[in-house]
Amino acid sequence: MSAVSGASDDQDVVQVRGLRFARGTRWIFDGVDLDIRRGKVTGIMGPSGTGKTTLLRLIGGQLKPHAGSIRVDGAEVPRLRHKELYRLRKRMGMLFQSGALLTDLTVFENVAFPLREHTDLPESMIRDLVLMKLQAVGLRGARGLMPNELSGGMARRVALARAIALDPMMIMYDEPFAGQDPISMGALVQLIRLLNDALGLTSVIVSHDVQEVAAIADHIYLLSEGKVVEQGTPDELNRSPSPWVAQFMHGLPDGPVPFHYTATAYRDDLLAGA
Amino acid sequence: MQGLQRLGRIGLGVFERLGRGNLFLLRILAGIPAVLARPRLIGAQMYSVGVLSLVIILVSGLFVGMVLGLQGYNTLVDFGAAESLGVVVALSLVRELGPVVSALLFAGRAGSALSAEIGLMKATEQLSGMEMMAVDPIKRVIAPRFVAGLLSLPLLAAIFSAVGVLGGHFVGVGLLGVDDGAYWSQMQAKVDLREDILNGVIKSIVFGIVATWIALFEGYDAVPTSEGVSRATTRTVVHTALAVLGLDFVLTALMFGDV
Repeated sequence: MSAVSGASDDQDVVQVRGLRFARGTRWIFDGVDLDIRRGKVTGIMGPSGTGKTTLLRLIGGQLKPHAGSIRVDGAEVPRLRHKELYRLRKRMGMLFQSGALLTDLTVFENVAFPLREHTDLPESMIRDLVLMKLQAVGLRGARGLMPNELSGGMARRVALARAIALDPMMIMYDEPFAGQDPISMGALVQLIRLLNDALGLTSVIVSHDVQEVAAIADHIYLLSEGKVVEQGTPDELNRSPSPWVAQFMHGLPDGPVPFHYTATAYRDDLLAGA
Repeated sequence: MQGLQRLGRIGLGVFERLGRGNLFLLRILAGIPAVLARPRLIGAQMYSVGVLSLVIILVSGLFVGMVLGLQGYNTLVDFGAAESLGVVVALSLVRELGPVVSALLFAGRAGSALSAEIGLMKATEQLSGMEMMAVDPIKRVIAPRFVAGLLSLPLLAAIFSAVGVLGGHFVGVGLLGVDDGAYWSQMQAKVDLREDILNGVIKSIVFGIVATWIALFEGYDAVPTSEGVSRATTRTVVHTALAVLGLDFVLTALMFGDV
C-alpha cells in the first residue's frame, strides 16, 4: 500500500508523533510530538543547537528519523519512495537560511527554475508568473541581477518568490530573520504573514528571534534538549510561569539555562596554574 | 593494539567511501537517459569542461610533440632512421601521451573546477535547495557534467595528439631537416587505425569516465566547509592522476602487451 494514502487529521498539515533522531551518540529529538495547523503560522523556537533545522529536514524527508512518525498532508514521509517524496515536495516550499539561490542564474531564472523543471508552460506564461511572484516580494525590478549582487535580505526574498513559484500548500522557513538589518527584518516579518494569509499557505518558521516570531505566529513550540518543553500562542508563552520559558522569551542571560558552560570551580581553575 | 584498531578504522573508511562512490556512479548512470533528453544541459557543460580546457591542451600538446620530435630525432639519427620520426611521434602520442597527459591536464583544469563547483553548491545548500524543490541534483547537476566530461576527454586527447604531431613535424622537418614526405608517409604506413588509434580512443574514454566520476564524487562527498572543498579539489587531482596512471598500465598490458 502506498504511504501517501494514509488518512490524517484534515486540520493538520504536519503531524509528528514520538519523533526520535540521533546524531552519533547524541539524541537530537527524544520523543517529540507536534502538529502544524493548516492555514496558520507556526513558530518552532529554541536555543541554538536544539535541532530546529534538523526538524525541517526531517519533515521535508531529507533525513530519516530513528523512530516515530512524520505525516505531511496524510503521507508518512519516512516511508515514501523517491518518486512519491518528490511529488510531495512539489507542494512544499523551503526557504533556507542562506537563500540557496543558484549562483549561476539571474534572479528571474532562479524564480523560473521550478516552473521550467516541473511544467511545460510557454515562455510568455513563465515570464508573467515569475514577474507576479517577484512583485509579491517587491523585487520585480531586480530580476536581471545575479545572486552575488543581492543583499542578504534581498536574497531571502528572491528565495521566497522561488519557494511560492509552484503555489505550495506549505512553506518552511529556516532562520529567516538571522543576520538581517531592522528594515529587511520588518519587511520579511510582514511578508511571511501577508503571503500566508493571501495565498492560503501554511507556514512553519524555525527561528530564535523571539520578538519577530511572536509578532506573526499563531502557535509556537519551544524545543530544548530533544523535547517540546512548552507550546501555545505567543501570549500564553509570554505569561508562562515556567522559569525556562520566561528566560527564553525575555532573553535573560542567566536562569535555568546557565550563562557559564559546565566547568570546574573558578577558584580551583585559577589556582591550578599557580 | 591501538595501531591495529586505527588501521582497521582507516580500512573500513576507505571501503565505505569506495562503496559510496560506486553507488554514486550507479545513480549517475540511472540519470543519464533523462539527461540525454535535454542536450542543452550537456552542451553548456561541454563548454565549461571541454572548450575552456582547449588552451591548455593545445599548448601542452604542441610542446610535448616538439620535445618528442627533438628527443626522437637525437636517438633515431644515430641509427640512420631519422625518417621514422613521424612514426615515433605519432605512436607515442596516439597510444600513450595523448590519452594520459590529456587526462592529467583534464584533472587539473576541469576536474578540480568540477569538484570545487559541486562542493560549493553543497556548502551553500544549492543542492539541498534543489532536492526540496523536487529537482534531483544527480539528474539536473551531476549527470550532465558526467556526460560532458565523458565526451570531452576523448576529443581533447585527439586534439592533443593532432597538435603534438604538428609540433613534432615543426621540430623534426622544419628545424632538423627530416624529409617531409618520409615523416608523413611512414606515419601513414605504420600507424594502424584499429590497433593504435582505436585503442587510444578507448583509453581516453575510460580515463574520461574515471576522471569525471572522481571529480564529481569528491565534490558531492565534500565536507561542506571551505576546508572541506579545498581538500576535495586536492583529492580530485591526486586520485585522478593515480587512477589514470594505474589504469594506463592495465589497459596497455591488455591492448599491446603479452603480460
